[in-house]
Amino acid sequence: MEIVDVRGTPVEAHIAGSGSPLLYLHPEQLFDQTRPHIDALAQKWRVIAPRHPGFGTLAMPDGFRSVDDIAYLYLDLLQKLDLKDALVVGGSFGGWIALEMCVRNTNRIGKLALVSSVGVKFSGREERDFADLFYLSEEQLYATLMADPARWAPRFRELETAAVETIARERQATAFYGWKPYLHNPVLKRWLHRIDVPTLVIWGEQDRFAAPSYGRQLAEHIPNAELRMLPGAGHYPHIEQSAEVIKMIEAFASR
Amino acid sequence: MQVWHFSEMAYHPGWNELGNQLRNVIPSRVCDPKVAADLYHRYLDEWALCDELGLNIMTNEHHTTATCIDSVATIPMAILARETKKVRLLCLGMPIGNRMDAVRVAEEYSMLDVISRGRIEMGFVKGAPFEVTPANSNPATLMERFWEAHDLILKAMTTHDGPFNWEGKHFHYRQVNVWPRPYQQPHPPVWLTVNSPESAFVGGQKGYVIGVLNSGYQRTPGIFEAYRKGAADKRRTAGLDRLAYMAMVGVGRTREEGYRRADQVLDYSRTSRKVGAQFSFPPGYQSPQAYAQALQMPGYGSGVAMRNMTLRNGKQADVFKASVDEFIDAGICFAGTPDDVFDQMKAFYDHVGGFGHLLMMGQGGHITHEDTVDNLTLFSKEVMPRLSELG
Repeated sequence: MEIVDVRGTPVEAHIAGSGSPLLYLHPEQLFDQTRPHIDALAQKWRVIAPRHPGFGTLAMPDGFRSVDDIAYLYLDLLQKLDLKDALVVGGSFGGWIALEMCVRNTNRIGKLALVSSVGVKFSGREERDFADLFYLSEEQLYATLMADPARWAPRFRELETAAVETIARERQATAFYGWKPYLHNPVLKRWLHRIDVPTLVIWGEQDRFAAPSYGRQLAEHIPNAELRMLPGAGHYPHIEQSAEVIKMIEAFASR
Repeated sequence: MQVWHFSEMAYHPGWNELGNQLRNVIPSRVCDPKVAADLYHRYLDEWALCDELGLNIMTNEHHTTATCIDSVATIPMAILARETKKVRLLCLGMPIGNRMDAVRVAEEYSMLDVISRGRIEMGFVKGAPFEVTPANSNPATLMERFWEAHDLILKAMTTHDGPFNWEGKHFHYRQVNVWPRPYQQPHPPVWLTVNSPESAFVGGQKGYVIGVLNSGYQRTPGIFEAYRKGAADKRRTAGLDRLAYMAMVGVGRTREEGYRRADQVLDYSRTSRKVGAQFSFPPGYQSPQAYAQALQMPGYGSGVAMRNMTLRNGKQADVFKASVDEFIDAGICFAGTPDDVFDQMKAFYDHVGGFGHLLMMGQGGHITHEDTVDNLTLFSKEVMPRLSELG
């Protein structure tokens, strides 16, 4: 991880690989389990993977309150690194950030890949688009998030304390940004037409956290978007089917 | 010493049916409103009796739970403000980080203070972790909301020259102008609940009364000491009237009767932790370090982790199975004859360096109305007069 100074705000970022630029926006949790995916992406692209403010060890920047702030920070980051035609890949919470960036400004963004993104509200007021992270027991939670929870759910007692503290900090940051309204921006749907770059929406067939029907609606609301379903994956396909996700992104990027 | 009678207004008739979850997830069809009405009136009668016995009154609130159907603490306060005439009324308290309208809290407390002719003690509490779910209050910003609400409420209660502006981080009002103004000037005494030396230090800095709940022999001395350090930090002396301790109390004419009553009151301790782990550790409510520690505890998720009680020798006991003697040993309960209760209180009082308020849970769990009345009466007549001997 290196620290990039973005107009006075320090941003922790993992920067690796070479080739065309890929901005990777990580999901709300399990960053340690996400690293192998980032490393694999860095085999093909120059990957810039910032740690979202509040999720890592740096203090929350002054005045930060919402995903909007992260979106503006990363638009500034693209400028700071003078990235052009960047491929932005966002998973779950990271997809929400990517959407907020793209409805604002795509000058430095060439393509967008959303992997089980949250952030948009499609259902009615008495329904939720996403299972309640903060209501489910640990057991229910990973059964909801993973196609194969027995293999992928973190076992807290077997992990180093520092690794569990990372997860605790990630959950705290997720609550900070996503507690209410729950993991979405109520007006984002209104502005999705502004996304003027080719978009790939990847969804796990076994996603019980955000149903595949949500992915379909998301793809339908973005002007130039295609949906690809992925078998053997839940809400975190980048963990459960990393190679397949990268294949899909590569095919999309090379077109 | 001031003594306060506290009850959570439990809906114990639903406990058996509800089993291992008594909070957050429980359907209200289990609550029979006719039974609840009888319970409310009964608990209010017990508080009203306190006015004759010279026991002060304490209420609190919890939400979505059969352990406490006092979901709006200011409602019994309002009834008792009119029904009682002498004793003081403590709300410990108002979860101001979970109340989305802080000015409304100032109005409720001011109105109560006026109706009671200045008998209100005003508690501001963070609230238990499982309270953020019913309030849908963001746990990651709870404390900054708490302190902003605290500042706004006090300013609202003490500003008497017309509207003022408040555009903070969490609360926005252009015209704050609370009527009536409080009876006690500048405002009713402020209490906080405290569960750690860190928060006790802040309480000491501010000079508020801290209520420490069931922290027992092991943890209480450190918390009281931190309060004194906080007071010293602001060049203030912390009198014993700043320190309150909550314990379960069972007094009887015989030791057996006192123990039986305590055992029933202790159903509070046995039921209050019947809650899913995810509700006890909402992310951001505790530090990431404390949350991580919880996630790594053996039994996390099955409720075992939250059932521990520390005995005087430092060993752990399971609150679901502990005896009255073990609760007494832990410093969570005072039980037996009036002499027993006095002796246990004195031992605890000396161990922790004294305190000025006993928050007495004289009613809890399955204890009957008749037993509660006798419990309160015996305490007020046989124990309370001796409390001045404590120091």
